[in-house]
Amino acid sequence: MSSISPADVKVGATGDGGAPRQPGKVSLGGMSLNLRSSGIYIAFAAIIVLFSVLTDGALLTPQNISNIIVQNSYVLILAIGMILIIIAGHIDLSVGSVVAVTGALAAVLMVNMGWPWPLALLATLVAGALIGAWQGYWIAYFGIPAFIVTLAGMLLFRALTMTVLGNQGIGPFPDQVRTLANGFTDGYLGNIGLGPLGGADLFSLLIGIVAIAGMVTAQLRTRNARKGYGQSVEPMALFWLKMAAGAAIILFLVVQLARFKNLPWVLVLLAILVLGYSMMANRTVFGRQIYAIGGNLQAAIMSGVKVKSVVFWIFVNMGVLSAVAGIIFAGRLNQAGPTAGDSFELDAIAAAFIGGAAVQGGVGKVVGAITGGLIMAVINNGMSLIGSPSERVMLVKGIVLLAAVAFDVWTKRRAGASR
Amino acid sequence: MTEHILRMSGITKTFPGVKALQDVNLSVRRGEIHAICGENGAGKSTLMKVLSGVYPHGDYEGEIYFEGKRCEFGGIRDSEHAGIVIIHQELALSPQLSIAENIFLGNERAKRGIIDWNRTNYEAGELMKRVGLRENPTTPISDIGVGKQQLVEIAKALSKEVKLLILDEPTAALNDDDSAHLLDLLRGLRDEGITCVIISHKLNEVTAIADSVTIIRDGRTIETLDMVTDHVTEDRIIAGMVGRALDNRYPPHESKIGEEALRIEDWTVYSPSQPDRKVVDGAALTLRRGEIVGLAGLMGAGRTELAMSLFGRTYGVHISGKVFKDGKPIEIRNVQDAINHGIAYASEDRKRYGLNLIQDIKTNISAAGLKGLARRGWVNDNEEYRVAEQFHKSMNIKAPSVNSVVGQLSGGNQQKVVLSKWIMTEPEVLILDEPTRGIDVGAKYEIYTIINRLADEGKAILVISSELPELLGLCDRIYTLSEGRITGEVSRQEATQESLMRLMTKGQE
Repeated sequence: MSSISPADVKVGATGDGGAPRQPGKVSLGGMSLNLRSSGIYIAFAAIIVLFSVLTDGALLTPQNISNIIVQNSYVLILAIGMILIIIAGHIDLSVGSVVAVTGALAAVLMVNMGWPWPLALLATLVAGALIGAWQGYWIAYFGIPAFIVTLAGMLLFRALTMTVLGNQGIGPFPDQVRTLANGFTDGYLGNIGLGPLGGADLFSLLIGIVAIAGMVTAQLRTRNARKGYGQSVEPMALFWLKMAAGAAIILFLVVQLARFKNLPWVLVLLAILVLGYSMMANRTVFGRQIYAIGGNLQAAIMSGVKVKSVVFWIFVNMGVLSAVAGIIFAGRLNQAGPTAGDSFELDAIAAAFIGGAAVQGGVGKVVGAITGGLIMAVINNGMSLIGSPSERVMLVKGIVLLAAVAFDVWTKRRAGASR
Repeated sequence: MTEHILRMSGITKTFPGVKALQDVNLSVRRGEIHAICGENGAGKSTLMKVLSGVYPHGDYEGEIYFEGKRCEFGGIRDSEHAGIVIIHQELALSPQLSIAENIFLGNERAKRGIIDWNRTNYEAGELMKRVGLRENPTTPISDIGVGKQQLVEIAKALSKEVKLLILDEPTAALNDDDSAHLLDLLRGLRDEGITCVIISHKLNEVTAIADSVTIIRDGRTIETLDMVTDHVTEDRIIAGMVGRALDNRYPPHESKIGEEALRIEDWTVYSPSQPDRKVVDGAALTLRRGEIVGLAGLMGAGRTELAMSLFGRTYGVHISGKVFKDGKPIEIRNVQDAINHGIAYASEDRKRYGLNLIQDIKTNISAAGLKGLARRGWVNDNEEYRVAEQFHKSMNIKAPSVNSVVGQLSGGNQQKVVLSKWIMTEPEVLILDEPTRGIDVGAKYEIYTIINRLADEGKAILVISSELPELLGLCDRIYTLSEGRITGEVSRQEATQESLMRLMTKGQE
């Protein structure tokens, strides 16, 4: 309320006329491209090409693609929850420990106590929700910074895991749980020949075609609805080019998987989660409020957003997703161990930031976080294929994380400077 | 003629596009208390920032002579070295440190980098005696009230061997006892030979304490008066502060005033930082449909605090009083309640409280009324686009599309986005806090037109503004607020800037 301040005065000075500049945009033959939001996908494509060349194509063989997905599914699931928390301007350091404790709980219920597996899974998910509610309470309603609460949670839930398990793992898990974590869809319809590519699972291929058809119809409907509302849409040719590219990627992925052991169940689960959470983030009131809180907390409060409740529920959600990841991780190893989930929180956080989340909150996409996670997965996998020692893998991952965030900060500073 | 300790001549300070100060002259005599008066935004604080080196030499035009020497301050350290100390309205103390540590902050009593605590606390005690502060030097700042904190600031200034002490609104946050003590202290310092410059809105204090007064209006010096030889009264100062002509900067408007929409009675709010201080004290207001009501008050009078406490208790503690909507008592516990009762509040600080600057126009417009666009929690984003596009046209928001990021719009267009956001919630009562702050003249006219249109639609409107001409040009009826109390209610016909200013500076009896 000072009488006059430079910030107030500057605003009027820019005048009302003139179109604001859009920094970070590159024009490619009439097609405009937002570097800040699409840079991540270009980088991902470049990394895949790089490692395909370095590994003589080993990166994209059917078995390796399947490995990348199965080995990283739990971090990707965690990244979905983490991106929502980071968009809201918080952080969760406890997810690795929550993965461990929920995995241990599932093992105790199924193996030691002999609960039927569906009931035990449900109980584990509920436990994850309760853990999230515990942390969400301290953060949202008590007002302790999430960094502190989840740092405490990281210790608490690791301690709880070790108390439950002692020094040893519990296993083995029932077959159904192992199939979910590590298994593949059955060849319900048998194989068909794909010429030089050899035999492939028909059911997997059909699922792929259905997915492509679904994608194209959904995009077409959105496009037509927008046109109906008089919004500008991309030219038809560009639209179909995008659709063709998307279809090609899905088809390639599905064909490769169908040639190996069909579709991993975790891929099916992951696809459902990514789709569901993307829609939640973009299209629901709740999702929009997460962005509003991260973008400007005060403005969100003054616009009637129930900030405490929203923050509470995104932590509950993180707890549930951690439990899902915990079950899958334990199921894949076929035992719940005291060191399970160690440093998963760092992978999930890195995935979110590489995927375009802003350090200050308010920005980020579920698909971006998944892409960020996949970038790290491909680097991990590709480098181990060419025989790099693990310390070099770690080095590269560190540089990639720093570079990604530096790029984000740099584009933002340019945006600020042009104002 | 007595010797001048300070002479500032021809000071011009330009912010991009705006001249905040234009050829300002200020001469202060040695050993006097010199008051600077002017409306909010007249340029007082900017002038003091030029003097104290916050805006370094080269950032402004004009010359500063202090103790006969020409000064080119590169920063606050330079001006402090010369003996000029400024105490800002928002105190610059570190709450966790002790009184003594704060007094010598940046000026530590140390030998070879090791702090001499005995000397620190002893010398702090001596300084505290001089300002009449009876506390232990080791008490943390957070444990003493704002009045005493103000004294710590003065003690800190004295520790730097101050010759010219500048106080920006020193009593704005103080209660009557603390204010009286502070004024006594300033008289004492004057007798010790320290020159004081005091910026104050409280004209009774100015007439009580100052030896001379300089009046600034619209970034120019209007006059410097000697309190005794020029027989200065509060009315004389007011005349100088407001004496500007009204041209037609306001669209003509005839209000069709309807039923009562909102009434508050006995509204009292306490400060969250000082729970014993009333920020709003027994205020009563009535707003009617189709009527534009103004709320005038100087800085610190409690205008924004009144509005925010009403709007879902977003400010203040121990809020009490009654609210009636359409004659029926209602309870507003949070922002959702306020919105549900058809109340909207557009903040004076649109960047902090109004907008998500990293998001686009349509997302900002729908932020408060998103539920109206959703079915079972799912937002219809095509409908959102359509509504935003409507506002884009009807409010004349100058941007290529509703997908443009709000942070890159000009102030006027940002304000139109904020107004759109609240109009979308279909409010019956709109509280607009400084709706034209930081906006250029053309955009102001557009905002006034929008406000008139909203009134014509039957909405009750409360405009809070520091600019009296704006209230006189826009409002049908104006309330004045001083020190948290409603001190008057004047119709457009009877109101003049002088009469409003008199009510706004009315102290408590």
